[in-house]
Amino acid sequence: MEAVIVGIIKSAIRLATPYLYASIGETLGQLSGVLNLGVDGVMLMGAFSAFYTVVRTGNLVFGLLAAIIVGATFGLLIAFINVTLKAEQGISGIGIYIFGLGLSSLLFSVLIGTVQTVKGFAPLPVPWLSGIPVLGEIFFQQNILVYGAFLLVPLSWFVIYKTPIGLSIRAVGQHPEAADSLGVNIVKIRYLTVITGGILSGIAGASLSIALLNVFQQNLTNGMGFIAVALVYFGAWKPQTVLTGALLFSTVNAIQIWIQVKGINIPSDFTLMLPYIVTIIVLTAMAKRHVRPPKALNKPFERGE
Amino acid sequence: MTMKKFIVFIAITSIFVLSLVLCVNAEPFKVAFIMPSTVNDFAWSQSMYDALMTIQEEMGEDEFQFDYSESMFIVADAAAAIRDYASEGYNLIIAHGSQYGSSLVEIAPDFPNTSFAWGSTANVFTDQGITNIFAYEPLAEQGGFVNGVLAAKLSQSGVFGVIGPIETGDAKHYTEGFKAGIESINPDAKINVTWIGSYSDVALASEAAQTHMDAGADVLTGTSQMVVGAIGVAEQRGAYWFGYDVDQSSLAPQHVVSSVDVIWAVALRPMIEMIKKGEMGGKIFTLNLENGGLKIVVNDEALVGKTINDIIQGKIMLR
Repeated sequence: MEAVIVGIIKSAIRLATPYLYASIGETLGQLSGVLNLGVDGVMLMGAFSAFYTVVRTGNLVFGLLAAIIVGATFGLLIAFINVTLKAEQGISGIGIYIFGLGLSSLLFSVLIGTVQTVKGFAPLPVPWLSGIPVLGEIFFQQNILVYGAFLLVPLSWFVIYKTPIGLSIRAVGQHPEAADSLGVNIVKIRYLTVITGGILSGIAGASLSIALLNVFQQNLTNGMGFIAVALVYFGAWKPQTVLTGALLFSTVNAIQIWIQVKGINIPSDFTLMLPYIVTIIVLTAMAKRHVRPPKALNKPFERGE
Repeated sequence: MTMKKFIVFIAITSIFVLSLVLCVNAEPFKVAFIMPSTVNDFAWSQSMYDALMTIQEEMGEDEFQFDYSESMFIVADAAAAIRDYASEGYNLIIAHGSQYGSSLVEIAPDFPNTSFAWGSTANVFTDQGITNIFAYEPLAEQGGFVNGVLAAKLSQSGVFGVIGPIETGDAKHYTEGFKAGIESINPDAKINVTWIGSYSDVALASEAAQTHMDAGADVLTGTSQMVVGAIGVAEQRGAYWFGYDVDQSSLAPQHVVSSVDVIWAVALRPMIEMIKKGEMGGKIFTLNLENGGLKIVVNDEALVGKTINDIIQGKIMLR
């Protein structure tokens, strides 16, 4: 039984990793008022560029840098479309998704051609802590991108709630007019959050292709980016609740795999639905909390002269 | 004079007829191939693409040409593509997936001069009066059985993990064969089966592989394009992998022991011959070990590696 519980928690931590990067990146953008539905496309581009760089150079740090640069470029593009050109955000996000899906598939076909594996980030035991019985095995024998994802939660919480820039981000998303009158540069803040979101989506992709799966295939993310956007709503635009949501979804997924492995007699069609059913139940239960999205979400800023 | 004229007439006519015949022959046999994933998916679609390439090599590019549409997982998109290809006069349209059957029933009667093929299935719809649909079906359980026997011989823990996509069709038959193969050697084996609910969820397939190994499995197998993630886990954590669809050994040469390679060309060759003779459908082509439609590709590197390792670790004592 202990082995099963340890296994479930280890699985959940791995499964939650790409969601954490992508969802926290999306949280930052949405807090400043920009909805980006193209997360999955940016994840795919990050995953591909990291993978391709590692195939070519064998250097994992270069791979991660490639994902960051490509993610930032996509972030810049998304910000330009939504903030400068003031496009309809829901539609442009779908466009970005399809663009990322298509471009990553095309580049994969042309530049690599066939499925292959790479040596990704290996588990990096944390000195001292990894020796703790049970807990050490679960939490401190993961790879560096897993640690990064979980450290990102307190870091982003600190930035959002304890720094002047975080205050500006929230102000821009809630009351852009007021923020503007106080001299906050709305365009600059939104570019900053969306580009950061792009970088984190890129890293989310890299966490799959060069750390957790060590392989690239067309549509590798299989729609994870959309679940990441859903987790932002689930998490009520707070990093700590986004973490809860990501862990809940991943834990139920890990449990359903174990139910199948242990041969517990529940049809696989049902166990596979569990993560989604549980998420919907929790969302419904939480609907009474009166959580509201940032007021300026999905609204381009027009300065009233 | 009349005789001379007649000979000239015959000569000219025969040259004309001959050139006409040559012209007809110069028209290549054209195939359209619609697939749910991509030609480099390392599984289902790639195996059919490989077969079409083989046939093109055999017949020559002047005689045989094919075009394809990738990522047609959505049946409505596939149906539109099938209809487009049919109206463009392709000789044979391969709708490579058991989800495409109902579309073919709709489309095939409108194009009696075009042949359609689909699989894996044994349904050609002759009972509905349709005469231009072929079907193809690998006996996946045969390949699964061979893989299972090899797996049972290799496993030390006696625990096996199967990572299947959706519990239907080839995946289901392969899994049943694999289980029967193991049980024929080791009746006490523990065979854990997980279904991912998708053909493309690489991350979940990979996590299922991790879970199987946490549960003690030292041999893994699975089908569909999502297994590439699971093969990665087998390589990283040192389990043996048994493949299906194509030879998967290049993904993890030390760990992929054998793969069931589906040779679709075995179905396509006689199908093309029939179409050329004007028989447009109605036949089911079965691929099995006997007719060479299933081939077991054993990867010596993995077996040699294991044997050497066993000697070094003292599991095999020679003196």
